[in-house]
Amino acid sequence: MLEMRGITKRFPGVIACDDVSFEVYPGEVHTLLGENGAGKSTLMKIVYGLYRADEGEVFLNGEPLRITSPNQAISHGIGMIHQHFMLVPTLTVAENVALGLKSSRGALTDLDSVSARIVELGETYGLRVDPSTPVWQLSVGEQQRVEIIKALYRDAKLLILDEPTAVLTPQEVDQLFVTLRTLTAGGRGLIFISHKLHEVLSLSTRITVLRNGRVTGSIPVEGATRDSLAQMMVGRAVKFAPDGADAKPTDVALEIRGLRVLRDRGGEGVCGVDLDVRAGEIMGVAGVSGNGQMLLAETIAGLRTPTAGSIKIVGTEVVGMPPKGVRDAGLAYVPEERMKDGAIGDFTVSENILLIDHNDPRYLKHGMFDFEAIRKHAQRLVDEYTVKTPTLDTPVRNLSGGNIQKMIIARELSGTPEVLVVAQPTRGVDIGAAEYIHTRLIGQRDQATAILMISEDLDEIFGVSDRVAVMYEGQIMGIVDPNTATREQVGLMMAGVAQDEALSQPT
Amino acid sequence: MSGLFTEAVLVATIAGGIRLAVPLLFASIGEMFGQRSGVLNLGVDGVMLLGAFGGYYTVLKTDNVWFGLLVGVGIGVVLGLVTAVMSVTLKAEQGISGIGVFLFGLGFSDLLFQMWVGTPLPIQAFPKVEIPGLSNIPFLGETLFSHSAVVYIAFAMVPLSMFIINQTNFGMKIRAVGENPEAADSLGVSVAGIRYATLIIGGTLAGVAGAALAIDLKIFQSNLTNAAGFIAIALVYFGAWRPLGVMGGALLYGFVNSIVLQLKTQGIIPRSWSDIAAMAPAVVTILALVVVAHRFKPPAALTKPFERAR
Repeated sequence: MLEMRGITKRFPGVIACDDVSFEVYPGEVHTLLGENGAGKSTLMKIVYGLYRADEGEVFLNGEPLRITSPNQAISHGIGMIHQHFMLVPTLTVAENVALGLKSSRGALTDLDSVSARIVELGETYGLRVDPSTPVWQLSVGEQQRVEIIKALYRDAKLLILDEPTAVLTPQEVDQLFVTLRTLTAGGRGLIFISHKLHEVLSLSTRITVLRNGRVTGSIPVEGATRDSLAQMMVGRAVKFAPDGADAKPTDVALEIRGLRVLRDRGGEGVCGVDLDVRAGEIMGVAGVSGNGQMLLAETIAGLRTPTAGSIKIVGTEVVGMPPKGVRDAGLAYVPEERMKDGAIGDFTVSENILLIDHNDPRYLKHGMFDFEAIRKHAQRLVDEYTVKTPTLDTPVRNLSGGNIQKMIIARELSGTPEVLVVAQPTRGVDIGAAEYIHTRLIGQRDQATAILMISEDLDEIFGVSDRVAVMYEGQIMGIVDPNTATREQVGLMMAGVAQDEALSQPT
Repeated sequence: MSGLFTEAVLVATIAGGIRLAVPLLFASIGEMFGQRSGVLNLGVDGVMLLGAFGGYYTVLKTDNVWFGLLVGVGIGVVLGLVTAVMSVTLKAEQGISGIGVFLFGLGFSDLLFQMWVGTPLPIQAFPKVEIPGLSNIPFLGETLFSHSAVVYIAFAMVPLSMFIINQTNFGMKIRAVGENPEAADSLGVSVAGIRYATLIIGGTLAGVAGAALAIDLKIFQSNLTNAAGFIAIALVYFGAWRPLGVMGGALLYGFVNSIVLQLKTQGIIPRSWSDIAAMAPAVVTILALVVVAHRFKPPAALTKPFERAR
């Protein structure tokens, strides 16, 4: 139904898509697989009318397709589920669906008939949601259902799903896949954008892999394996589970008791957390985004003041200390949003590396910066952590996500911390760098650092952690052993099911 | 003191409060439309001043108050369009461009007044419309139902704007554009088109507010509005972007104003204090604003120009 021939799209300085051809047939799920920046999203934005191709042609049902806006894409039966939902939080489900459509009552809204149709679609495709609820009250999974309903309500024949599983629990993913299979069984075509290999293998009928804007292969799902796909994505063999000796945890280095923290917009976000992390172990914190993990990390780092509770780093109470005091007590912190909290984009690589050490006498001479010493220090870290940067004086914003993250981790680990809090260590990082970061984290663990690793990526949680704490609505639902617990069990706990009940589920 | 609590004084105070609320009600309902769609228009007071002069001058020349009001509408439409070009098409910083419109209105209305009129001559006022039946009810009839037609129109704007915002497609688009313009755009709603429409509505109502003020006072002078346009903007926050709340704020301001006037007339506030007393309505409104405002969130896209990613 959709055919793209020889698509090339250039942005200043980069070729996002280079002579890409791609087609979708009715009733199939065609997956676009590739790392961040491989050109998947650019390609789909061309189909959806957000970008224009510099070269190449797009055909829909055999006719050349020339569209310049999403509105035209919709009227051609193309629907897109964006990674960041396009919903108006203050409007109800029915209003979000009706927005932009002609009303059967002229100038007045016809939300009752829209609601009836939403319920009908919901029953047909397993997308249950109450049409009169304001969207801000819905869970992320429900919001995604609204997005799919929006497309179906507009009678989309071709659906593009941009990383739809990134924000879902494993159970929600299963439910979504059931819905998607019903859709393709009805003759719709689906384009599934993802980088999660096991999901790709379970849902797709065909897989096209992109690397650096070029197609490196297009194969049916039969015969594809995790290893072969990863090789096509990265261009070399990839190790999934970082190896390393078993953890040898010793004394408790990070001790959290009765911690309570408020959210920015009212309400308690961390509701009485007790947690111990011992030196020489990696404690993974699993949970769906927004369940208090980030508040927890920021509070440990001294960026938020809790309403109650205590945090001890190797015996020192750090609640009430400024961030610098917490660092002096032995904490290193790799924040979730690396360009907002972890690095200063306009500063150079060596300046960013100096950020946590600018008072250190080693880098000062007569009270002024000793640039020679700073350069040596930065160069050593850049070499040791294989940060790819043209020079030490390159502004950090010109580096790739993976290299920025490696730089931040190099900086944070340079002082051999007692405790490391790291949030989403490999989000938006290419597979090669992710592999390296995981190895480094395990290496640091073996040097007796206590590591608290917050992640929404269950592969990462299971692959790296020695113990896993699951957070739900500001509380720790339980701590499980990643060697014996299953993804499904952890998924249930992420959805609020108590530990005993989750672990007694058959797997 | 004894004169303060007679029925006549009470009636005059309440009726006066309602009358004084009218220009603010027009202006803040108009401003509310703009803000609901994500545009903060700080130029209201300038539009009101030009509308006031236009209305005054027209009535002076034609002796027809309705022509005066119509000229207020015309001036409002033009300035609403100018605001839209600046804030939507040119994506100017909204806090700054609005102040430009205000200063332009302040200076230009005075300039025209000095050039074309010079000495202030009184004009005709709006005729009173006694609502048959209702105006004979004791007390209520005199306070609520014997006003000029403009007062009734102003208060009719409240249910009308509620209906538009909550029940119509246009209103739904306004809310969507003010909260998440990217989402509205992705569904084919013209963000710029909606914002042009709300800013023209806002300009129109600000022009009407000015004309109504001048005709009600039967006079024009330099800076006639005394920053009422800025109070109108504050009232939108006070009213939490909802018509009923905005009306409550306008009435609060009108009543405090009316009470202060009554106290002055009765000689309870000495003349020498009158400047300080004149601040009371604004102070009360701002204090109320501080207390109320934190409970509600403004439209998420307020003051943010919309640009589609390319």
